[in-house]
Amino acid sequence: MGTPRTIIEKIWDAHVVSQPEGAPALLYIDLQLVHEVTSPQAFDGLRARGLKVRRPDRTFGTVDHSTPTLTRLLPIADPIAAAQVAKLEANCTEFGIPFFDFQHQNQGVVHVIGPENGLTQPGMTVVCGDSHTATHGAFGALAFGIGTSEVEMVLASQCLLQRPSQSFRVQVDGALGAGVSAKDVILALIARIGIGGGTGCVFEFRGSAIRALSMDERMTVCNMSIEAGARAGLIAPDDVTYEYLAGRTYAPKGVAWDQALARWRQLPTDEGAIYNREISIDAAGLEPMITFGTNPGMGMPISGVVPDPAGVADAAERDALIKALKYMDLEPGKPLAGKPINVVFIGSCTNGRIADLRAAAGVLKGRKVNPGVRMLVVPGSQPVKRQAEAEGLDRIFRDAGAEWREAGCSMCIAMNGDQLQPGQYSVSTSNRNFEGRQGKGGRTFLASPLTAAASAVAGAVADVRTLA
Amino acid sequence: MTKFTSFSSRVIWMQIDNVDTDQIIPARFLKTISKEGLGDQLFYDWRYDAQGQPRADFVLNHPLAKGVQILLTGDNFGCGSSREHAPWALTQFGFRAVISTSFADIFKQNALKNSLLPIVVSPDVHDLLSQMVAENPFLKLRVDLAAQRLMLPSGQGIKFPVDPFAKHCLLEGIDELDYVLQQEAAIAAYESEGGSPLDTLGAEQG
Repeated sequence: MGTPRTIIEKIWDAHVVSQPEGAPALLYIDLQLVHEVTSPQAFDGLRARGLKVRRPDRTFGTVDHSTPTLTRLLPIADPIAAAQVAKLEANCTEFGIPFFDFQHQNQGVVHVIGPENGLTQPGMTVVCGDSHTATHGAFGALAFGIGTSEVEMVLASQCLLQRPSQSFRVQVDGALGAGVSAKDVILALIARIGIGGGTGCVFEFRGSAIRALSMDERMTVCNMSIEAGARAGLIAPDDVTYEYLAGRTYAPKGVAWDQALARWRQLPTDEGAIYNREISIDAAGLEPMITFGTNPGMGMPISGVVPDPAGVADAAERDALIKALKYMDLEPGKPLAGKPINVVFIGSCTNGRIADLRAAAGVLKGRKVNPGVRMLVVPGSQPVKRQAEAEGLDRIFRDAGAEWREAGCSMCIAMNGDQLQPGQYSVSTSNRNFEGRQGKGGRTFLASPLTAAASAVAGAVADVRTLA
Repeated sequence: MTKFTSFSSRVIWMQIDNVDTDQIIPARFLKTISKEGLGDQLFYDWRYDAQGQPRADFVLNHPLAKGVQILLTGDNFGCGSSREHAPWALTQFGFRAVISTSFADIFKQNALKNSLLPIVVSPDVHDLLSQMVAENPFLKLRVDLAAQRLMLPSGQGIKFPVDPFAKHCLLEGIDELDYVLQQEAAIAAYESEGGSPLDTLGAEQG
């Protein structure tokens, strides 16, 4: 027996093509996902060098960021977005890459469709020109975001130059209380360690609270690893993972499935393996979380009050808080609960899967969206949309007064026309509350689907546990 | 790639921590399919008002920002998305180095691939530099990558860390993709031996 290894080390070791002394490792990438925003310049680079895509069979494309969600029946009205979407479709055709175009019945957010089609599997290395690639870590894959130069490198060589990250064990034990969800776990972690707290690290989420989560919920947790600065976040595969994967389009079948399963079962971290860093979170002590500021680390329990800069000792931190509260136009010492809002957004690669829509619909059933609130529900993919419609969730949303949309990134990144107006407040299930993220001048409170739905009903930031 | 040479420049001081890529270049400008024209959109929402007029109180609109090549800024610069448009915008504006106490991982990698040098200094050195620039906005620093030193006007050199491989590529003008493509034999051997023992994608065909 060798030295005990973490799952992170096991995946790393299996993918090192070469390790020249002093240089970064050449790491093999099993799967690259591409979307319209971060790939056009990479394909141009290939053409300029006269290169092909080395492994189109290990590459998959979809359009999600720039696509409208109001209807798929009309051409894309924004000519710049239309050109970008057309460019990806042309590039995928030219280089022989399988892809879901805007009209495809399985089109959706890149981090929703990978798992949905069984492309994401345990033990794989997965990259995408998108920082939320960590989502795929929920399957026990080492998955991380890369820039466009690296997208080009992987297209050309199926490899990346990498140095290993530090391992960071995030132990979450205990049972989550009523109204507390996966989103609250990750928001609580980010609030605790800060948005740079995981820089240089890969998280491994462990513990009984993580084991109790469904795959959709695990993806929510891993998705926001980058918001704590971590390169990736992953969860060792178990029966929940295998049950999700079985029968999916690209998942192994028959004998190959049994062989894969045997390999996957070797992945979990060995007893006695050493992590570079560790933190423990008591799941039972968590409350629904909400952010008050302009980065995802500025979060608090929903029963809390907006922090007072006067109480912050560190000068830079104090300045950042003053700047954030000015942008958000919030008063220190006041609770956020009860703060009137304009928009609720349910969707994104963080919370746009069927479990998220079920959670939100469960709150809205028999209730109405407050007349002062515009609520958008944007499924993460067309299959999620169809599933929701088969379960009658669309009817619950529509009857409550919410907008039922087509799949895409939508108001998470506000590139497609779905956006806040200057000064508006949203409660959003997305991942970033940076200034202007949901539209220039817009103000974002990040929260779970349960909290977002409760807030839509109340017309103000609300605690789902006390919703009338 | 052109070789990274040492240079001297005045310094723009933007004392904000956790500058995210949505501020460096807002997402609505990412619908472009080219790398060009991004310098004008750098820090757009901090740089221009609702009418598109430059805000007088933003540092990049100061007359001293013309031609400046060094940005001194707060901790955890470049956090958020993986958009390489961020270093493209910074270099097109004219920046060749950013000094901070830390950088977000993906931004740092993207910067190095675009000959934009992320220079990490200790909080003490950061305080010293901030103070010096505040006292003398005309202060010039020299960036010497070969020696890994930030040279103060006094002649004092402040050592900074750089990944040795990235340094070699920058100084010699080595394109990282060219370097990887030269390892074709190793990649082909890895693939022909069955790739990763953990890889199960495509197993249904095999």
